[in-house]
Amino acid sequence: MEENKEKQIPEAAAEKAAAPAPKPAAEQPAAAAAAAAAAAKPAVAKPAPKPEVPGENEIKPRLVELDKLHDEMQRLRDEEKMDFLELITGVDWGEEGLGCVYNLWSTETGRREYVKAVCPDREEPFIPTVSDLWTIADIYEREVFDFFGVKFLGHKDMRRVFLREDWVGYPLRKDDKPEEQNPLKMENECLSDTTLQYDRAEDGSIQVKENVVFAKDDYMVNIGPQHPSTHGVLHFRVALEGERIKKMDPKLGYIHRGIEKLNESYTYPQTLALTDRMDYLGAMQSRHALCMTIEKAANIEVSDRVQVVRTIMDELQRIDSHILFFSCLCQDMGATTAFLYGFRDREKVLDIFEETCGGRLILNYNMIGGLAADIHPNFQKRVSEFIPYMRKNIREYYDIFINNVIARNRLIGVGKLSLEQVVSGGCTGPSGRASGWHNDVRKRQPYAAYGKVDFKEIVRTEGDSYARLLCRMDEIEESLNIIEQLIDNIPEGAFQTKTKPIIKVPAGKYYSCVEGSRGEFGVYLESTGDKSPYRLHYRSTGLPLVWIMDTACRGELIADMMAINGTLDYVVPDIDR
Amino acid sequence: MGEGLGGAIDSMFNLQTWTSAIHAWLLGLVPEWAAILLECVVVALLIITLYAVFAIALIYMERKVCAFFQCRLGPNRVGKWGLLQVFSDVFKMLQKEIINMRKSDMFLHDLAPFLVVTASMLTFACLPWNKGGHIIDFNVGLFFMIAVSSIGVVGILLAGLGSNSKYPMIGSMRAGAQLISYEISIGITMLTIVALSGTMQISEIVQQQADNGWNIIRGHVPAVIAFLIYLIAGNAECNRGPFDLPEGESELTAGYHTEYSGMHFGYFYLAEYLNLFIAAGIASTIFLGGWAPLHIAGLDGFNGVMDAIPGAVWFIGKTFFVIFLLMWERWTFPRLRIDHILSLEWKYLMPLSLINLLLMALVVVFGLGINV
Repeated sequence: MEENKEKQIPEAAAEKAAAPAPKPAAEQPAAAAAAAAAAAKPAVAKPAPKPEVPGENEIKPRLVELDKLHDEMQRLRDEEKMDFLELITGVDWGEEGLGCVYNLWSTETGRREYVKAVCPDREEPFIPTVSDLWTIADIYEREVFDFFGVKFLGHKDMRRVFLREDWVGYPLRKDDKPEEQNPLKMENECLSDTTLQYDRAEDGSIQVKENVVFAKDDYMVNIGPQHPSTHGVLHFRVALEGERIKKMDPKLGYIHRGIEKLNESYTYPQTLALTDRMDYLGAMQSRHALCMTIEKAANIEVSDRVQVVRTIMDELQRIDSHILFFSCLCQDMGATTAFLYGFRDREKVLDIFEETCGGRLILNYNMIGGLAADIHPNFQKRVSEFIPYMRKNIREYYDIFINNVIARNRLIGVGKLSLEQVVSGGCTGPSGRASGWHNDVRKRQPYAAYGKVDFKEIVRTEGDSYARLLCRMDEIEESLNIIEQLIDNIPEGAFQTKTKPIIKVPAGKYYSCVEGSRGEFGVYLESTGDKSPYRLHYRSTGLPLVWIMDTACRGELIADMMAINGTLDYVVPDIDR
Repeated sequence: MGEGLGGAIDSMFNLQTWTSAIHAWLLGLVPEWAAILLECVVVALLIITLYAVFAIALIYMERKVCAFFQCRLGPNRVGKWGLLQVFSDVFKMLQKEIINMRKSDMFLHDLAPFLVVTASMLTFACLPWNKGGHIIDFNVGLFFMIAVSSIGVVGILLAGLGSNSKYPMIGSMRAGAQLISYEISIGITMLTIVALSGTMQISEIVQQQADNGWNIIRGHVPAVIAFLIYLIAGNAECNRGPFDLPEGESELTAGYHTEYSGMHFGYFYLAEYLNLFIAAGIASTIFLGGWAPLHIAGLDGFNGVMDAIPGAVWFIGKTFFVIFLLMWERWTFPRLRIDHILSLEWKYLMPLSLINLLLMALVVVFGLGINV
């Protein structure tokens, strides 16, 4: 479809040729389509204003000195009730040094706070850990260590998390040369059972301590990387005590594609193509988040029509994702028939997507300033037909699986997570809401058309696997309600704002987030005013969920692990960006 | 219909007359030991052929039935209505390489599938196909049947042990615990029927049902309870869903046969389907009258028509009916967890079947059974 468009509009191709940006071959068509879409549409809305004023989503992180960082973060958590550590973004600021930006968000007050920590020493960078304050910092700091080589003082487990343990260098540093230092290795990767902890002693010197991840006499079972119920290429090392889980350690990165590194050499329209390939069940929402970040940062206005269509598409995507969640959970629980019930209904959503977007899984629909194409003439009719159809069929899910006594026995009380655990672990989305955490971005910080529609935030208090299942089932119905309110009231207007062929974002740091299918999906964008981002970091929805697995699974049976990872519902390509 | 015709049909369908005639004819040609040897070989070949044919039929049926439950079509490309699909699957499996792993216990690893298949073939041979159409039949038939069917557990345990791998090990331990537990329920429900019939000889049990009505009617309440317990325990005994967690694919990939390939895996697969047939076959033998046709007291014309249908058709028909029930069960429920399975057996099914046995004893002692 994209190729066709390129052929039909020769001037777009000419414009693309005029653009000086060197483009990697694989991304040519998508970028061309973006440029084509931008160029070919009649200019209805006013052209984008000069990108000098930074947009409304700009963030100005407060610089905190390294030795005061831990105390300051503790103060923010305890006194200012910043209970949610949204994201830690590692950034290489060149001369200034290596460092992190911490995003904090208070559940109680809704206030946001951004903190920045920089270590000027590029050879031996050390930053104090905050992993004792928020459990999620554990994995975020390991990610920063993996890509930037910043060692966190006091962090109990400084191992690489995405890259091989024998990887040389830190690839997201601007001066790193990953290809030269890491020739293709033909031998297997051996995972070590010990890890290092760095501490600063009284006299200021760095002390290294060895911590044990798995002891020699632990009975280990590998779940993954190739396993039917890890829902992707993910590797858990599980220590068992009989059939009970003693400890589990996720090893990530088997399908890591370095999307964030790639983005630094892409122009803004090119970066869009990769978002669909992260969380393939939240393709619409991830791309929406990235488009929204760039649009707000560069002050590109989008029409109401676009906002409403994006909202409908996001909700259709959510229904698609939650149906697939139900199906996969049933498959994991051995209920193969219920699995196909879900697939039968998901097909209808995919058909609707296919008609308008041309794709079923990789949708490529949102563009900077609008949409790739207007909605199909049948779109409204088919969506209106789908709403009552789905409402009827969701009853069948209850009959065949959700109310089944075996299913209830296997899910109720299994993998219980408390409110403190999900908040500290940053488990957003339905998995967190099942434990009573009000974290729906659509309610807390309405975007697109969510402010105009009436819907409920589904929150339960049990926190077990069954609550997570029911939460998602209720969300399907809420999504249907949202779509029902919007589908007959799509405003007229342009589906694409005319943008410049080369989009530049004013220098600054930006953060925007949307409610993805399985939690908050955020985009951290740092720009130097160039045509490519300086740093583009995504808040993965699945990473906190995979990280909480250890907490949720301890003491449960190995068969319960399937119920727990099924109901936490992470998607691996989203974790391994 | 007159007595003469009914008698003729009866003797024509009684395989005893045919086998005796063949035996007599063979004796005229060769000495007795040679005749018996020849018959043994022919019967063995017959059993193996039937075994393969039924496995293929069952796999096809399973795929179609499960497709029916799942709003799908099932196999429909290879041959008319996908009829040749299973044959092509079997040929594919025959061509596949049998992979031996370096650190496995070769002998036990290779022995296990044969034990599993042997157990199910021996049990298969006990089924009464028709009047006079049983291969192994003696006075402790049911006891023998339970005994040989449990050889299969040994095969499964050895498969787990010999593979020297963790998934099969856990899978086979689960299978061991599960099969041994559910054998108790199966044993007790069979004992309930033995109490009703007063014999363990399979042919005798079926003959009684042909004369006096099916056991499920004769034994009314306790027999129906026993039948239901048998259906649950029988499904568990076959390692089929919702009790398929020894091979529970979500956590243990394929359980005890994870490390098997080619025809070695094929044997497990074959045995699984034949065990399904055997479980259903035993159910139809001891509860639903085996080859005995359906008779309704007082409707002589109807009974005469029923008599005209050969016993083998009755037996296979009833068996496939029970198989359909078991498939229905399998394709509806989610999988249980190992502790739920064991507590279901030890806390509910076993006590219930013991009480049921007592109930059946009372029925027999006070003559409360219904004789048609």
